[in-house]
Amino acid sequence: MKSMVPNTLGVVLYLFLLSVNASLALAQEASQSAPPAPSGVTPLEIRVGYMRAYAPGLALSVLDVPPRDEGVAGAEVAIADNNTTGAFLGQEFTLDVTEVEPGSDVTGAFREMMAKGVRYILADLSAEQLLSIADLAGQEGVIIFNVGAHDDVLREEECRANVFHTAPTRTMLADGLAQYLIWKQWRRWVLLYGSHEPDRLFADALRRAADRFGGQIVAEKLFEDRGTARRSDTGVVQIQRQMPVFTQDLPEHDVMLVADESEVFGTYLPYRTWVPRPVAGTAGLVASAWHPASEQWGGTQIQNRFVDAIGRRMLSKDMSAWTAARVIGEAVTRTQSGDPAKVAEFVRSDDFQVAAFRGQRLTFRKWNQQLRQPVFLGDGRSVVSTSPQEGFLHQVSELDTLGIDEPETSCDLN
Amino acid sequence: MRNHLYVLAGAIVAGAAMSSPASAYMAYVSNERGNTVTVIDTETMEVVDTIDTGQRPRGITISHDGKFIYLCASDDDTVEIIDTSSHSIVGTLPSGPDPELFVLSPDGKMLYVANEDDNLVTAIDVESKRVVTEIPVGVEPEGMGISPDGKTLVNTSETTNMAHFIDTETHQITHNVLVDSRPRFAEFKPDGSEVWVSAEIGGTVSVIDNASREIKHKITFEIPGLRPESIQPVGVRISADGRKAYVALGPANRVAVVNAETYEVEKYVLVGQRVWQLAFTPDQKMIVSTNGISNDVTFIDVATDEAVQSVTVGEQPWGVVVSPNE
Repeated sequence: MKSMVPNTLGVVLYLFLLSVNASLALAQEASQSAPPAPSGVTPLEIRVGYMRAYAPGLALSVLDVPPRDEGVAGAEVAIADNNTTGAFLGQEFTLDVTEVEPGSDVTGAFREMMAKGVRYILADLSAEQLLSIADLAGQEGVIIFNVGAHDDVLREEECRANVFHTAPTRTMLADGLAQYLIWKQWRRWVLLYGSHEPDRLFADALRRAADRFGGQIVAEKLFEDRGTARRSDTGVVQIQRQMPVFTQDLPEHDVMLVADESEVFGTYLPYRTWVPRPVAGTAGLVASAWHPASEQWGGTQIQNRFVDAIGRRMLSKDMSAWTAARVIGEAVTRTQSGDPAKVAEFVRSDDFQVAAFRGQRLTFRKWNQQLRQPVFLGDGRSVVSTSPQEGFLHQVSELDTLGIDEPETSCDLN
Repeated sequence: MRNHLYVLAGAIVAGAAMSSPASAYMAYVSNERGNTVTVIDTETMEVVDTIDTGQRPRGITISHDGKFIYLCASDDDTVEIIDTSSHSIVGTLPSGPDPELFVLSPDGKMLYVANEDDNLVTAIDVESKRVVTEIPVGVEPEGMGISPDGKTLVNTSETTNMAHFIDTETHQITHNVLVDSRPRFAEFKPDGSEVWVSAEIGGTVSVIDNASREIKHKITFEIPGLRPESIQPVGVRISADGRKAYVALGPANRVAVVNAETYEVEKYVLVGQRVWQLAFTPDQKMIVSTNGISNDVTFIDVATDEAVQSVTVGEQPWGVVVSPNE
């Protein structure tokens, strides 16, 4: 499925302004060269591609089945925002969306995008798929923004100079959650994890967070996926009896941590545990890049704009994609250039910052090109807190208390 | 965070100094979460009334004769008119959706409103209560300033990061000036020579020359012990003599005092938590800050730039204006 989303309002506005205003003055800092006036010239066209691995998914709760346009919708709203700004500067942004099967070869789809003139790609792909095009993209001078994959390995051993990451890592999410539990003085944890690779990776991130912030994992337990159906008519009757049995015999603890990205058992834990304890991790209190109920830090404005345009609430992947497309827009606006090399250089520089409803300027970590960002902690209904928590200090940025920090990195971009 | 002893001492001094009969100024504070306007007698610094308003009151201003308060009731998509003698809501203006901030023309006839959700500035004829025009601007319009001669309107758009200069006769944009991230407020110097635009996330105030429409200076802020990202300029007010400016610094909990001629920051005044907007008393002897998270306002003595009194208001105070409006 492919679609193109030019912002007609922006284009109309642009033409309107051209007709009334022959020379738009644009103040720049003295060090920057004067921008060309957009009058009488073809708008600078910035083609952004969106590559997405998609197949209809299942979830333990039907409420958790991702919407059809998850992520893409965030990019669409940001492209419209970029075009409103672009109308004043003679810049026009377009979005080309390509979907591929999860786990499939994406190099063909990548080449098709190149042929269309795309030079910026938002990727919602698996780590393997992303790596299969990262070096090809590098040779073509194409910049990739990873909006979907949480794998730390993409920012560490497998980091690439032409790949930026707006999605948070598993270690960032785990650290954000752990800081809150420590702030609450709930220090004793049990860790229940699923049997698939992503579950094990998030369990690793939670273990690391316990070590960093002084949590104590007093017991661990694996929940083996035996391939049972995620939905059945009377399932709830059995689950009510199975989950207490699975969670008995655990030592005394304050919080039950669950690592079940694969949606096999985690959602069944809250209210069904042997002893009454809060659940956190991939169920219960969940760490994420965004929360559909966030109204903090001007969030009401982007939430309203998103609902008006898309007809549903904004989710984390929508926000990661919105932020990536806004990073491109911001860099094009400030550099007055559509050249990916110039844009990437600016995004890496000390002058870059983007405002994205997270309460402070967001920047990229120079050592691995991961976007610094706070982590939202919420249940299904509301935001409970945001991390970093008060008192977790850092010599550079408190946001760097979340995830793998510069001294620990295994990324070498040179 | 605040030094209570100091504030108490300041209150006594201020109380003594202001015991002579003075003109009865009233400060009107919009409480964003409380859905109220708190009325404070600026002489006694005591709350004299609380007015129930529409949902999410934010931007607040006053007619030039001092008879009416205009209030953005953001979640009710309207501007409410409050009679300053009766303290009751006597009418509404058609603001367009989600009005947040606005500015009244110097002749008092037109109200220009920023509609955050629609990327529009709406011009309303106050007397006929009709929308005159809607002007398309950048994403999330917010700050609104007008030149003393009423000819130039400046709107800031928070996600586009521009100050849009609008000709009030033609209602068309003549200049777009790129500023730092999330511009929140535009304030003209009384002589009309400059417009100051605060950038909340960028952490700066851009001084734009009104003749060339170019940035002539960027004011930055540094506070020992605070990280740059926690210093977030929002409200800006410049004194009537054009010599001093006050900048509310949001979560830095301070108001910066800036020499408006040299652009040097001369002092940081510790007020309440998340300081948002500012208003002078008509005699320019006091400036009042709204402190959103500590639910209070702080009176700063303009002669000494000391905080003299904090007054508890409603939930999450946002904007403030002081009557009469001379």
